[in-house]
Amino acid sequence: MIRFLRIAGRRLLGAVPSLIGVIIVTFLLSHALPGDPAVLFAGPAADAASVAQVRAHLGLDHSLPQQFLTYVWQLAHGDLGQSLTTGQPVLTDLMERLPASLELTLVALIFAIGVAVPLGIWAATRPNSWVDHLCRGTVTIAAAFPTFFVALLLVYVFYFLIPLAPEPVGRLNDVYFDAPTTITGFYLIDSILEGNWQTFAGSLAQIILPAISLGLFALAPIARITRAAMLQTLASDHVRTARACGLSRRRILITYALRNAMLPVVNVLGMVFSFVLGSNVLIEDVYGWPGVGAYAVKAVISSDYAAVQGFILMMAVLYILLNLVVDLVSMIVDPRVRFEG
Amino acid sequence: MSSSTLVSRTRYAVAENKLTLLAAILFALLIFCAIFGQMLAPYGPLMTNESARMQPPSWAHLFGTDALGRDIFSRVLIATRLDLGMAISAVVISFVVGTGLGAIAGYWGGWVDAIFGRVMDTIMAFPLFVLAMGIVAALGNNVTNIIIATAVINLPFYGRFARAEVNVRRDLAYVEAARMGGNGAIRILYGHIVRNILPTMLVQASLNMGWAILNAAGLSFIGLGVRPPTPEWGIMVSEGASFIISGEWWTFVFPGGALVIAVFCFNLLGDGLRDIVDPRRRT
Repeated sequence: MIRFLRIAGRRLLGAVPSLIGVIIVTFLLSHALPGDPAVLFAGPAADAASVAQVRAHLGLDHSLPQQFLTYVWQLAHGDLGQSLTTGQPVLTDLMERLPASLELTLVALIFAIGVAVPLGIWAATRPNSWVDHLCRGTVTIAAAFPTFFVALLLVYVFYFLIPLAPEPVGRLNDVYFDAPTTITGFYLIDSILEGNWQTFAGSLAQIILPAISLGLFALAPIARITRAAMLQTLASDHVRTARACGLSRRRILITYALRNAMLPVVNVLGMVFSFVLGSNVLIEDVYGWPGVGAYAVKAVISSDYAAVQGFILMMAVLYILLNLVVDLVSMIVDPRVRFEG
Repeated sequence: MSSSTLVSRTRYAVAENKLTLLAAILFALLIFCAIFGQMLAPYGPLMTNESARMQPPSWAHLFGTDALGRDIFSRVLIATRLDLGMAISAVVISFVVGTGLGAIAGYWGGWVDAIFGRVMDTIMAFPLFVLAMGIVAALGNNVTNIIIATAVINLPFYGRFARAEVNVRRDLAYVEAARMGGNGAIRILYGHIVRNILPTMLVQASLNMGWAILNAAGLSFIGLGVRPPTPEWGIMVSEGASFIISGEWWTFVFPGGALVIAVFCFNLLGDGLRDIVDPRRRT
């Protein structure tokens, strides 16, 4: 356990350079632009006087290193600047919307893992059979569908043509349901904690289509890596021994093979996170989802640069944290990683 | 590998996986549309027609018309060049720059390598689409910047791979022999090392193309980069999105379908190429 904590601590420290890099890039993206950043920050409607005011306010008349220190100083105090469109501090805006995006991302990942891992195992138990080809074909086709196109298609088919899904109006249709009191910020969890099953059903119905649109793209990498890893472990000596000892098929598959095949699967999840987190930007608007992605798109279109910058920084920090979690999980599922570290 | 093994492996890969053949046909079709689309399009891409607005697909308008009466078939056809062009340019840039920098870092090691590694790590620390969005938002809204952004986010895939491969090879006997023979570093790097890893890198590039297409179209979809009324698949899908609720499906299904076919084609092609070049990496 001590060993585990020590390695976990080292991983945490290992994330620091990435964090510094991320802060430098976000800073450069806004302060070392080819154009005049003051014009960008002031927004499209600003006149010369307000641009000058913004320049002085942001300290853009100072040297670049000095500006960087100011930027870091502000970040350390949780100051990401003011949003032009909402008039609120960017951090407040983002924190308000983050739970919606996180909930959607997590449900999408659960969907992707829940479908892709069994598919991969199934294909690996019957390599080169029709099952294998069908799995491979399905996930390859799924990977070719742009997330935003899937989102629109699903709305068209399951809302317009066959009205199975509720109207795509965000997390909960507030005409029929009351939002649960905020405990975790996740509607699905909060409504269970409150014991409000109607709201739970309502938010579940709202989240299914967007989660499928987000998760569909992730099926291919997860299913393929599961298949490959399972094929490898199923062909290994210890599985042959287990089989020779007459253990049940289920036991061999789940306890002996899958456990050993999990490491590459967990590792690929890091990359999948990156895609799913980034794709929030593409589909939140389609479903009226009140998350950070839709906020960022609006900010980009209205040249609300402080908001865009804050969003990028937050996503990067979130992604670094998620990668840490992936590392820790891979230490748990595979003792070899613990000892190598 | 010699040309005869290449032919036999290709034959084997196509026989083993018929989809590779399909991919090759689709690829030829896409390239054909990209080159001749402009000439073959029955209508001008910007030609509006007040009397033929929002018409469903018919013989006169194969894919129907949009809210301004523009012919969607012509627009989808003509957009092929822009969409493929953006993706190919981005992939070529990240391929050349990534391989070059990666090879240098892997060959010389030391501080060059350390800086290279840090830069790649930093790019990878962002969710890639978000970084692309930030780059286009910062540099400005145009096609060149979409290409730059897509190239930057793909850089680490080539850079890290080239670095690792060069690093493994730089002390192998045949490279040592070339060095003893008096070859300079650049010559060894290009003639003896990079050429050896080129096939594998090309597979990577092909697998990467599909993603580059999705990325460029995604940026246009959220309103970055290509501007209306330029025909581009991502924008057309986003323009069509407002007509879902009234059931005019053809406005977004056809451009979206074109994207799916293009991405599907490059993904299959990449898989097929990998089976030819490096059969062990098949998943």
